[in-house]
Amino acid sequence: MNIVVCMKETPSTTAEKSFTADMRLERRKEDAIPNPFDEYAIEEGLRQQEKNPGSTVTMLCMGPATATDTIRKALAMGGDRGVLVTDPALAGSDAISTARVLAAALTKIGYDLVIFGNAAADAYGGVVPSAVAEFLGKPLLSYASQLGIAGDKATIQRQAEIGYNVVEAPLPALVSVVKSINEPRYPSMKGIMASKKKPLDTFSLADLGLDAATVGGAAAREKALGAEKVSTQRKGEIYVGNDGAADRVVAFLVEQKVL
Amino acid sequence: MFFRLSDEQQEIRDLVRRFAQNEIAPQAERWDEENHFPREIFKPLAEMGLTGLLVPEELGGSQLSRLAGALIYEEIGKADMSTAVWLSVHNMVTGLINKFGDEEQRLRWVPGMTGGDLLGAFCLSEAHAGSDAANVRATAIRDGDDYILNGTKFWVTSAGVADIYAVMARTSDAGGHGISTFIVEKDTPGFSIGKRERKMGLHASPTGELIFEQCRVPAKNRLGEEGDGLKIALSSLDGGRINIGAISTGVAQAAFEVATRYAGERSAFGQPIGAFEGIQFMLADMAMKIEAGRLLVYEAAFKMDEGEPAASMHAAMAKCFASDIAMQVTTDAVQVLGGAGYVRDWPVERYMRDVKVAQIFEGTNQIQRLVIARALLGELAAGK
Repeated sequence: MNIVVCMKETPSTTAEKSFTADMRLERRKEDAIPNPFDEYAIEEGLRQQEKNPGSTVTMLCMGPATATDTIRKALAMGGDRGVLVTDPALAGSDAISTARVLAAALTKIGYDLVIFGNAAADAYGGVVPSAVAEFLGKPLLSYASQLGIAGDKATIQRQAEIGYNVVEAPLPALVSVVKSINEPRYPSMKGIMASKKKPLDTFSLADLGLDAATVGGAAAREKALGAEKVSTQRKGEIYVGNDGAADRVVAFLVEQKVL
Repeated sequence: MFFRLSDEQQEIRDLVRRFAQNEIAPQAERWDEENHFPREIFKPLAEMGLTGLLVPEELGGSQLSRLAGALIYEEIGKADMSTAVWLSVHNMVTGLINKFGDEEQRLRWVPGMTGGDLLGAFCLSEAHAGSDAANVRATAIRDGDDYILNGTKFWVTSAGVADIYAVMARTSDAGGHGISTFIVEKDTPGFSIGKRERKMGLHASPTGELIFEQCRVPAKNRLGEEGDGLKIALSSLDGGRINIGAISTGVAQAAFEVATRYAGERSAFGQPIGAFEGIQFMLADMAMKIEAGRLLVYEAAFKMDEGEPAASMHAAMAKCFASDIAMQVTTDAVQVLGGAGYVRDWPVERYMRDVKVAQIFEGTNQIQRLVIARALLGELAAGK
């Protein structure tokens, strides 16, 4: 089985964020990490490879030329090879552009099972998996908290308000995963050293046969108008003394459905 | 001169930091409080390749440089010194079997040790043989295809929890040349664990006594030739000293970070205590000492990797300096926290209790100064 994990490079969640004049996130190499949500997709790809001998895992990423380091971090966990799609014309891509590019790259490298994290920690759009599925005309099993492959069929569990839904689709299929699906492994020392030697291909837009006018900032339909720091002022209530304070605390806990 | 870690070294450090802060640091207080040896962390450490640092891949190791090892021990020491200490002893013993063992011995023990199934312990010290290592009195008398071991070993890290014990015992009266090394497996008849020491710190790393009474050990468990024991034991000293320097640096760094955070949060006389010059000077001194110690450790590791003859002296300098400053820094961290530093709600008193031993074991810091002086002055310092 040809497994492809789609992963994004994002700034570390604790990194100080800043924006360019046209409201693009300034990306600094030293802050770059694999999107934390994608770690679950990577782990799931590796587990499916372990359960389905003979499978290969490819890490696919669209990003700046320096994102090869981030792909190698994923390859330190495991997998066989990396593919980076990078092109100056891709700067400023919105979700639809990104999906168009990933779909073209997937078509080029081939796939039976494509796994995504359910969103990226930077923009948090969460629409790329479904948009890629749309471009490819293939089924998407979204928000999977469990994934099983049997024969030519993928089956997932999707957490619902009460219990879970079981959804299945024929392969080739796309799956987006949620955090509860697994516990991502730590890379090993051996994995780190091996990751430097794994093949990593770089594709440009021309390699994918895409017209620069249809992707990147040129085609972006999303436009960021502004960004503000989230205000984290906490509202606190202070109850003092014996005068009914205990009753008010109990009432508060009941109201919050703690009691 | 190039003061930057390679990408690979940074990656190793970042990964071990993430693992140590997530999986070890949050448990350290409880392990200390309950004198709990965390065997449960041995397998995860093995899965990351941290239990075979000095062993090649075909035996399950990751054969890393001493510098990479220093980065690893610094990060684990920062999370919990106890874990770093027993791990470094385990790696040393695994490395010794790999280096001095024959093919059969290597295949018999090393894969289990790198795989996180067999924990190693190193047994040299005795009541009258600490700094004076050649004064080993435990005996191993040849009897057919076996040796009969008698005697007592002191200060053994992981006594009672380890599976594989590298034991130095006397096979002849030839002083330092009359000692041999034996691999004794736990549960060997005649081998028992004596008193478990009640230590000031390192509560999560058991230290104890080993007792050998007519303990029969097959001759094929002897590492190297008869009389090679002290040479084998001493071969691991330089690396061990660098590791202790690295661990001390990690503990000092942890204490410094707590003190710095506290200085920003704790207010007195209407301002954070970090606004007072008295605290600022302490923090500045702590930071300087840590940086200096860290550089000394990295340089010693680098020299050892390069095979430079001066590596021994630098290893002694790194161990001595880094542990001395770690004692100062952890003591100052307790001082910055004041009363809070003296109670167990904050980790700095543990850091201070733990790191004291780094000035004592792996050669006391007095011995380190002798090693340094002899390297500098030669026969003059050796009193010949």
